[in-house]
Amino acid sequence: MIGLLIANSWRQLRRDRAAQVLAFVVPIMFFSIFAVIFGGGNRMDSASPVAVAVVDESGSERSRALVRALEADSGLRVFTQTPRTRTTGPAAGQPLTRELAETLVRDGHVPAALVLPTGIEGSLMSFRGGPGVKALILHDPSDPVAARLVGGLLQRAVLRVSAASGGFAGLAAGADPDALMPLRYEERAVLGEKRESPMVAFYAAGIAVMFIMFSAAGAGGALIEETESGTLERVLTSGLGMTGLLLGKWLYLTSLACAQVCVMFVWGMLVFKLPLLTHLPGFAIMTVCTAAAAAAFGLVLASLSRTRQQLSGLANLVVLSLNALGGSMFPRFLMSDTLQRASLVGFNAWALDGYIKVFWREAPLPALAPQVGALLGFTALFLVLARRLARRWEAV
Amino acid sequence: MAVLEIQGASKHFGATRALDGMSLVLGEGELLGLLGPNGAGKTTLIRAIAGRVRLDAGTVALYGRVLAPGTTRSDLGVVPQENALYPLLTARENLETFGRMNGLQGKRLHERASWALEWTGLADRAKSEVRTYSGGMKRRLNLACGVLHEPRLVLLDEPTVGVDPQSREKIYDMLSGLRSAGTSLLLTTHYLEEAEARCERIVIIDHGRAIAAGTLPELVEQAGLSGRRVRLALDRPAASVPSGFTRENDANVLTATITDVAHELPGLLSRVQAAGLGVRDLEVRTASLQAVFLALTGKELRE
Repeated sequence: MIGLLIANSWRQLRRDRAAQVLAFVVPIMFFSIFAVIFGGGNRMDSASPVAVAVVDESGSERSRALVRALEADSGLRVFTQTPRTRTTGPAAGQPLTRELAETLVRDGHVPAALVLPTGIEGSLMSFRGGPGVKALILHDPSDPVAARLVGGLLQRAVLRVSAASGGFAGLAAGADPDALMPLRYEERAVLGEKRESPMVAFYAAGIAVMFIMFSAAGAGGALIEETESGTLERVLTSGLGMTGLLLGKWLYLTSLACAQVCVMFVWGMLVFKLPLLTHLPGFAIMTVCTAAAAAAFGLVLASLSRTRQQLSGLANLVVLSLNALGGSMFPRFLMSDTLQRASLVGFNAWALDGYIKVFWREAPLPALAPQVGALLGFTALFLVLARRLARRWEAV
Repeated sequence: MAVLEIQGASKHFGATRALDGMSLVLGEGELLGLLGPNGAGKTTLIRAIAGRVRLDAGTVALYGRVLAPGTTRSDLGVVPQENALYPLLTARENLETFGRMNGLQGKRLHERASWALEWTGLADRAKSEVRTYSGGMKRRLNLACGVLHEPRLVLLDEPTVGVDPQSREKIYDMLSGLRSAGTSLLLTTHYLEEAEARCERIVIIDHGRAIAAGTLPELVEQAGLSGRRVRLALDRPAASVPSGFTRENDANVLTATITDVAHELPGLLSRVQAAGLGVRDLEVRTASLQAVFLALTGKELRE
């Protein structure tokens, strides 16, 4: 009897194309997408160098040699001028100062900056300890790898410079381990240093965006339920029409997503000391825009699906993939440049960037313009798409 | 003026011709039954009238006004075959939702919802969620949601399917109330006895076109079943069949068709007596709608 049940189950699976896709094609797609994102093309891959802004305040022959050695290191992508990819702040091509470098880190254009102060040439390979001139690494603590990588590669660069210029000064007897470094440096976080639990502010956004995408996709399934129950037919024979119905659903899903994000962030504030009250305007703007885009996205998925099961499979695939790519699970700054650019095809990457600007980078409201613009654009696109897909429910 | 007039309605879905030149006329205050086998085109026709199906050819006119898809049909109420209700809303909330969608608002909406709750016998359950209702209660509420805005024509797609005889009776009482108020009704059903008892006129549709229309006697005529059917139950099996009779599967039963009861029946009975048979029971009746329906549409299964 049990054998009969097993045989019947396999027989039914063999005749259900959608179930076959969910059972066998979706895992392959998941595997491939996650393998690309997590398995290669990220910071852990030696082929992906760390972007670092280098400020040579010394301007000496040895410090210039050190900068050249850093530039020659394949583990680093050195900027000595403001990069062209910047969208805010000073124009591209300006020589970097300590302040500009700090701004680059604060704005998230590079995860770390190296400052070589005046007199640094005397500290290269000195091993004397004491209060000599130290290099300074300014870093964004949300990228836990960058500062240490820059620090390590700095030592290698100093050794290369010294080897090329004929050795080093000597080693102090009984020196502390820190003094054994070819060039001592100190680190300073330029973001989150005043917060009691800084990383919560960074990851709350990722969790919130992923959650409301799932939530909107699930709630969008109400459209399918209306089809199955016959209420859609009744609604469409009334004066409301499909456009009115979709707008009503979208506004409801938007308000629901806003409420869910508020609940999540208030909980974060009460339990995890998330600084919500000090960022309310930015939070409100990003939440409304993100919720609007997520709601419209949910309607697209629901309009594409014929059944709840199809919607569930499609939502799992698309939402998890977009969030893996968009930075909710794995910070985008640890991805390769190519993947970082590719991730911008998803609205969630823009949403995440916006929240991070608000809560992590303490950016002023005008700095949210690109993210707000992108999210509104995505919203309009999704609504148009959902309306077109919903034609199948209209008069045939 | 006819309330509803359909002329030459045609619609195909791929290779399937759902409607093939269908025509019908529905008069003021009339209850018209639309009967047909499964797949005959009834639901497609209802959906075309409601504006949910675009016809390939033909017209649908409401009070003389030809309707295009997308035209507002405020004179029309639709009661779908499914219980198209929101299960997590109460009866009043459902009524007010669909009432507002059909243009009612404010005090008028409240009054109409209260009327509907009384009309359906659901006033004492007005605040209960619909998911807690029985099948019959949902059917009545489903009907009320379609007529709340006082349409002059109501399309009813199998409004009594799956409910008990008491609920069915209640639903037909409700429909009688609507007709008394001057509402015209177009009803599809597979319950032929109901159609026979309740509908003034009947249209039989098959393969997307009307194959017969009229009152029951007119349909009997059109089906070639005019005359009275005589059925005799005998006291024992007949060894041979007397002239003028045919034998049913049951050897104790003989049937015959006559046109003049007073003149032909005595002759039939005397032939039975002459054959030495006794009569236990006698039935004389016109052809039923079931017989007409099967005569017109055949006995082959359609699905």
